[in-house]
Amino acid sequence: MQENRSASSWSGVEDEFVRVDNLVKIFDDTVAVKSVSLSVRRHEIFALLGSSGSGKSTLLRMLAGFEEATSGRIYLDNEDITDLPPYRRPINMMFQSYALFPHMTVEANVAYGLKQEGVARNEIHERVFEALDLVQMAGYSRRKPNQLSGGQQQRVALARSLVKRPKLLLLDEPMSALDKQIRTKTQLELIKILDQVGVTCIMVTHDQEEAMTMAHRIAVMTEGRIIQCGTPYDVYAFPATRFVAGFIGSTNLFTGTITVDESDHVEIETEDLSRPLFVNHGVSEPLGMEVHVSIRPELISVSHVQPAYERNWGHGLVSHVAWMGSYVRYQVRLDSGKVIECHMPSQTLAQADAPEIDDEVYVSWSDDSATVLPS
Amino acid sequence: MMKVLDWRRFIPSGRTWVIALPFAWLCLFLFVPFLLVFKISFADLQFGIPPYTPLAEIKDESLSLTLHLRGYALLFSDNLYLATYLSSVKMAAITTLFCILIGYPMAYYIARSDPAIRNYMLLAVILPFWTSLLLRVYAWVGLLRNDGIINSFLLWLGVIDAPLEIYRTDLAVYIGLVYAYLPFFILPLYANLVKLDTRLLEAASDLGARPISAFFSVTLPLSLPGVMAGSMLVFIPTVGEYVIPEMLGGANTLMMGRIMWTEFFNNSDWPMAAAVTCVMVLLLIVPLVLFQYSQVRHLQSQKEV
Repeated sequence: MQENRSASSWSGVEDEFVRVDNLVKIFDDTVAVKSVSLSVRRHEIFALLGSSGSGKSTLLRMLAGFEEATSGRIYLDNEDITDLPPYRRPINMMFQSYALFPHMTVEANVAYGLKQEGVARNEIHERVFEALDLVQMAGYSRRKPNQLSGGQQQRVALARSLVKRPKLLLLDEPMSALDKQIRTKTQLELIKILDQVGVTCIMVTHDQEEAMTMAHRIAVMTEGRIIQCGTPYDVYAFPATRFVAGFIGSTNLFTGTITVDESDHVEIETEDLSRPLFVNHGVSEPLGMEVHVSIRPELISVSHVQPAYERNWGHGLVSHVAWMGSYVRYQVRLDSGKVIECHMPSQTLAQADAPEIDDEVYVSWSDDSATVLPS
Repeated sequence: MMKVLDWRRFIPSGRTWVIALPFAWLCLFLFVPFLLVFKISFADLQFGIPPYTPLAEIKDESLSLTLHLRGYALLFSDNLYLATYLSSVKMAAITTLFCILIGYPMAYYIARSDPAIRNYMLLAVILPFWTSLLLRVYAWVGLLRNDGIINSFLLWLGVIDAPLEIYRTDLAVYIGLVYAYLPFFILPLYANLVKLDTRLLEAASDLGARPISAFFSVTLPLSLPGVMAGSMLVFIPTVGEYVIPEMLGGANTLMMGRIMWTEFFNNSDWPMAAAVTCVMVLLLIVPLVLFQYSQVRHLQSQKEV
């Protein structure tokens, strides 16, 4: 039953389990979700990533059935569920605030969904403890939610949303109510449990690290639209727009014009650099067009030595050096005044010629480092 | 050197003063009068001013305390009093029940409606308080009388041939009591319902509960403290209510308030009236203690972490 859930097995589209078609949600006078389409595969963990007001939560609430779609359809396992009320959907949600029933014990909370289904009493008991065992909360079955810590409440909420064996599990900002220190640990535990159960999962988060840790694929949302959808690697390495490049990790953006447009490379002139930007692949944009170029900080190196070649470097002064533990963060003010960020391995500082603050330096990157963005 | 006693520590803190004011108020205007009534309940009738025997007397250099138990003895030997107590409690209970049945949906509807119009609806609930209770009960007399508006209208419609006998019956008292005390039930329940986290209802719906099932398994149990508070605010004053049974009730409508009035003003039997009062207070303390207990338990369960 368990399938290989490594990222490489998600290349095909054959196993479409959830399909959202042109979903739109309009509240009074604001458009919260503008024609969103997406498909999620069976057993996939799919993250909707966006800042607040991006429409990600509204989309999730439409999937759960709490909000009625203005137009568009939602299919789950080849069944149109758009018009089903929440209590008829084979979907369960783990709420951001957990929404545990305060007047019920842990056991009663988890049993609630099964009782609504009319499951036999001894089977309820069995399945409740099976679910509580899964989240290691069986010892707390008689406690009330307010007698549990935040992490424990989250486990109970997870057990409650898994006990009905939903076809689709929705996670609404699953880690937002937890302390930063236990988040990473909890994320890994959560993935392990989801993997064990083999449930298809759509999660909503504003935390890009969380999305990259947990999800097989990420859909980046802003202003009610999905602007890019792909594996964490794809979204990070090949951002589709400046927004994605800046939202997922940090980046350096240059604006320039295409001056050489060959099938195997392009050159871009920018005011911020005295030498052209060279990209070792062709782009679809025509000669003379204004484009944006994103270069990740960890792909830029800082040195006292001027590169021997006439492209992909800039000259400036180190304006700030920060020791980040696993890397050193340089801020370099280019001659044009633009400040760029470069991450160097932390061993760099140990070297005798390590660039220091106010040093004159050259920043450079290789031909395959830059990503050209049309918008 | 002499050690100076720090007199400042004998001055109560600000906290004590804040509590002292309402405490003194209750002492002066509730507890002391009640002690007076309690004292009178152990006196005997006598002609004069005041019309009862003193509790303590100094005669021939001896202090004599005289406790007359006539009032209490009569209370427990005459079936009228027992029947009146039972009748009062019964009427208060039925009134409370109807306040729950009518008030719950109203409070629920107001709490669930748009916040913009919620205040107008609350205002409509409180609005009757702007006129005197006496006036409103008189209005009910005009409505319920045999030649009143309701009967005239029904006769005119041809629904009935003879006027309905409502005025001067227990039914009229119930109508008056439920009408007058309904806001006292709605307000605390509304305050409870409006705080209810609607995400809990979403969670219930998400887990497969139909709206009606979600109401009985989530909304109702979580609103019980509000129902309890509202019920107490209706039940306790209703037991001793005088004006409404007097104005709308019939000769055989038995309620404590009327008995007290009769003993006090018509029979000038102060000790008897005092005894009736003391027993009624004792009777009401039981539900009050229960109420207090449930409130405290509720607060504690919320605080526990």
